[in-house]
Amino acid sequence: MSIRNGLREFPARLRRAGGDLVVGVLIALGAMLSVCLFLITAYFVILFVIGIGAVMLPIVTKWVRWLCNANRRAAARAGVQVPVPYRPEPKEFEKDIVGWIRRCKWILTDPASWRDLLWLLLNSVVGMIGFLPAVVLYYVLEGLALACGLWRPILRAQGTGREYFFVPIQSQPTAVLGALAAAALFVAWVWYSPVFLTAHAHFTRLLLGPTKGSQLTVRVQHLAETRSGALDAAAAELRRIERDLHDGAQARLVSLGMTLGALERHLGSDSTEARRLLLDARTSSVSALRELRDLVRGIHPPILAERGLADALRALGLASPLQVEVTVGIAGEVPPPLESALYFAVSELLTNALKYSDAEHVEVNAWHDGAMLHAWVVDDGRGGADATKGTGLHGIRRRLATFDGTLDISSPLGGPTAIKMEIPCVLSSLKTSSS
Amino acid sequence: MRVVLAEDLFLLRQGLIQLLDAYGFETVAAVDNGPDLLEAAARHRPDILIVDVRLPPTFTTEGLKAALQARREIPKLPILVLSQHVEQMYARELLADGTGGIGYLLKDSVFDNEQFIDAIRRVAAGGTAMDPAVVSQLMVSHARDEPLGALTARERGVLELMAEGCSNTAIAQRLFITEGAAAKHISNIFVKLMLPPDSDSNRRVLAVLAYLNA
Repeated sequence: MSIRNGLREFPARLRRAGGDLVVGVLIALGAMLSVCLFLITAYFVILFVIGIGAVMLPIVTKWVRWLCNANRRAAARAGVQVPVPYRPEPKEFEKDIVGWIRRCKWILTDPASWRDLLWLLLNSVVGMIGFLPAVVLYYVLEGLALACGLWRPILRAQGTGREYFFVPIQSQPTAVLGALAAAALFVAWVWYSPVFLTAHAHFTRLLLGPTKGSQLTVRVQHLAETRSGALDAAAAELRRIERDLHDGAQARLVSLGMTLGALERHLGSDSTEARRLLLDARTSSVSALRELRDLVRGIHPPILAERGLADALRALGLASPLQVEVTVGIAGEVPPPLESALYFAVSELLTNALKYSDAEHVEVNAWHDGAMLHAWVVDDGRGGADATKGTGLHGIRRRLATFDGTLDISSPLGGPTAIKMEIPCVLSSLKTSSS
Repeated sequence: MRVVLAEDLFLLRQGLIQLLDAYGFETVAAVDNGPDLLEAAARHRPDILIVDVRLPPTFTTEGLKAALQARREIPKLPILVLSQHVEQMYARELLADGTGGIGYLLKDSVFDNEQFIDAIRRVAAGGTAMDPAVVSQLMVSHARDEPLGALTARERGVLELMAEGCSNTAIAQRLFITEGAAAKHISNIFVKLMLPPDSDSNRRVLAVLAYLNA
């Protein structure tokens, strides 16, 4: 590390150290709190086991989890991600004693609760580490204060000077020496004090992070939910296709056959009637074709099959009455089910923008960053989009969830609306063009 | 008139050959893939290419690509593209060189034999034939655009028919106006879209392009 680099980094590091100082003090205060919480929780767990305490345990647990979550956030600040491992709260609880007991059961059967408890106990000691940056800084300030002249009254009062860094400060030169030591200590503090927080963050992750088992439980739960969602969606889609074929194209072809039968009878005898029937037959066949075409478009849009995602999104932009700017940066091939999900999502979002937002200009951005496929649809409309109101956004979110994808909505009243979709995906290499 | 036909579905290919035969066209080659199409076009130098967008082996836009390549090799070669669905993007690509002799129709259009044959003749003569579905899609998506905004409703209607490839007479018939009125509207459109009177370039094609590229 060259000195010039060090100087350039100094302000950022100073800010970081300052922030960590505050967080460290908070963590240490939390450590004091954690002793109390440990004792209270243990007390109510025992009370619950001997029959009472069902009411207080959930409340105390809420406090405990709050403290633990605060420490998880502090760990995230130090660059150590600690996901929240708790099992989801069962939805409906009775308001009576049975409900309270079920609540306690949910808490006590969650291994994370017990790990929290252990963390509380250990943190009451380990958390004190958070004070260290403050202590060191205090020592630095003391050294500077001594050097600034504080050593004189102390020397006068005590006879011997105050010792700083093993140097008794009894004269101006020794005071300057002390100040230099303080300055060196300060620089070291700026550079190395975040280490304490990082150490604490690792300790927090050890106990508060999800275990392999709980990670798997959460994952299995998510997969079960999204799988049933995907199956529902697929079944509904098949029913829709069946109904559309049955009521649409199939019926048209039957009527076409009947018209042709009638035509056969009239052929030769009644040429005007035959001509009319012929016209009917042609209209029927055209309608059947149109319905089949729409159906195909709904299952798998031809443009997607023919030109891939980038051009299909561009075509969506072209076909929209809004001014749509489409930018696509995807170097490779997206797996077909994902491609299709994203296409329909963007198509629906463009329709939404047209129908509800009063927008004029829409930007569609899709890119891949090596691990995730991102797609943003941003309009300049009046905002207020809400996934909980309509079924459209919720439907897209559910469809993306099948691929572990997410949908974020930012749509303040007055606009603009920005919808961000992210799907983890690996690209296969680009198909070589046939032309 | 000599036609080269590229269509991979056997039934449709045979049907088209029969239809063309019935109207006195000569199908000099009927192929079912892109490379053969290029070869046939180079060998026979037909008066028009009739091409399906989707051809083997990729079943993507093989036909469209082959047709565009044939046109690069034989400039002004008239092309009529048939498709199961219409995409504005394809219409743009086909019309990009602005020289006319381009048609882009839904496959259903063969149901109306007369109009289909008429479209072939128009394209072979250097005009355009756009499916009404393409044109209406274009009109919707460019309704807010500037140059088109200056047009009156009637002029828009005329432009739509012009884009489909109708002649002045046909436009007059379809809109129940006199041919003189149709001609007047058309010249107004040319002025509003700022298309200079230039005998060489096909102003009708340029007018269509003006809003394709708006």
